[in-house]
Amino acid sequence: MQRTLKGKVVVAGVGETPYYKRGEAPDAEFDLALKAILAACENAGISPREVDGFSSFSNDRNDASHLAAALGIDYLRFANMQWGGGGGGGSGAIANAAAAIATGTAECVVVFRSLAQGQFGRFGQGPKIPQVSGDGALTLPYGLMSPAQSFAMKVKRFMYENGVEQSALRALSLASYHHAQSNPRAVMYGRPLDEKKYDESRWIVEPFHLYDCCLENDGAAAIVLVSAERAKDFDHKPCYLLSAASGSHHRAGASAHNAPLYATSGFPDLAPHLYEMAGVTPSDVDVLQCYENFTGGVLMSMVEHGFCEPDECNEFFIKENLIAEGGKLPTNTSGGNLAECYMHGLGLNIEAVRQIWGESTSQIADPNVSMVVSGPMVTPVSSCIFGSENTL
Amino acid sequence: MSDNYLQPGLPQPAMREGLDLPYWAAAREEKLVCQQCQDCQHWQWGPEFICFRCHSHDVAFKEIAATGTIYSFERVWHPVHPALKEQGAYLVVLVELPQCDSARMVGNLLGDPHQEVEIGAEVRGVFEHHDDGEPPYTLVQWEVV
Repeated sequence: MQRTLKGKVVVAGVGETPYYKRGEAPDAEFDLALKAILAACENAGISPREVDGFSSFSNDRNDASHLAAALGIDYLRFANMQWGGGGGGGSGAIANAAAAIATGTAECVVVFRSLAQGQFGRFGQGPKIPQVSGDGALTLPYGLMSPAQSFAMKVKRFMYENGVEQSALRALSLASYHHAQSNPRAVMYGRPLDEKKYDESRWIVEPFHLYDCCLENDGAAAIVLVSAERAKDFDHKPCYLLSAASGSHHRAGASAHNAPLYATSGFPDLAPHLYEMAGVTPSDVDVLQCYENFTGGVLMSMVEHGFCEPDECNEFFIKENLIAEGGKLPTNTSGGNLAECYMHGLGLNIEAVRQIWGESTSQIADPNVSMVVSGPMVTPVSSCIFGSENTL
Repeated sequence: MSDNYLQPGLPQPAMREGLDLPYWAAAREEKLVCQQCQDCQHWQWGPEFICFRCHSHDVAFKEIAATGTIYSFERVWHPVHPALKEQGAYLVVLVELPQCDSARMVGNLLGDPHQEVEIGAEVRGVFEHHDDGEPPYTLVQWEVV
């Protein structure tokens, strides 16, 4: 028996709320979730009552049962949460939803993420508590407390081991901001970035300048998945899931920065499984959405997914290679987490689908293989690959 | 002006209970300890209930030489906690302990926060006492040899 998700599931619809600066959403977080889900169902042309499953990640606060009640769903068959913080579960939540559909456990699953940091507090701040025990006691008293600070030493080590220069990180930031200038949904639409502005921007924590760091936003995003048997029922051309994988490498979760393989975004074990299930290789990937919590994580992710050798980063990571107009590997074509919106990366999955549908604001010519990398440097991480009908 | 590396007011070790308590108690006495499996003799960090290699529950905190090498580091500029608003740049260092199966410990690198830091440099532990902590505690900091 062949066990695979390849070609078993299609994307029926996608939906988003407007994206807001953090703390500026006019709606409650739960209402943002509802709005994105309703928009995705409308985009799919299905009734929200058809939804029988919810899949999310990063301890999303918007409970599946409450969503089902608010939407008046008859029978909730699948309520799933992927463990792990940050955006590491974005494609993992898609994997879980797809597994449910492929095995007949559910028919129509919405993958969603909703964030209102004004309502619930920011990510990029240290905890204001007097005392801490356990893992946090080994880092917080030394001023090692935010996501940027937690990842900077991994990137520093990777740059040291492979001779990577700051310009490689800068190229990723320039590409995201470049694409955001074509995307009216992007929070950084109309706010371009050039090399000088990047170089002169303040350090957050070396090796991350301000523009190496993701935004913090309010909003919500949702994706409706159904069985591939229904691929022709929708207005969009079919966008199939070719593979999805999540996981953690050996002792990735060891506390106080003790994972034996340290200078990594976490994908060396995952990437071979991802490509094997999809039946594609890195050179088949037409367009990539690669989660930018911090540019250094993008760089390591792309190396670990086989797009570039570790010792070739300085040559590969130039803006011209990463942009939609003639780039070798157009990357983060919506502006991504740096410049479109930080919706814990689910916006990247939506952009990957839009590329297959031909609806991106930085559209690639006839892409067949559209890939997403979710949440580098956290644990577990995940990735997924979408494909056109030609890829089946 | 505090003699300690970072301004006061950050979260401090609770010193009450938990797997990490023997480590903090030893630091008060200017001893650096790491967790060693008493069955397979291997070292691990941070503390766990069992040895990840042989799954023995017989894991103990044993004193080690407070010496290591810089595995990685970062210079922090943007404060993310009110206590650090006036801090300015500071250095966080990840120290590898060759004597403990290459376990790593996090600390600050003492000295000029703008110093050039070399990965691989030898460092030694410095016990930074916070006698005014509630309760008093001691951090293990590092300086270049």
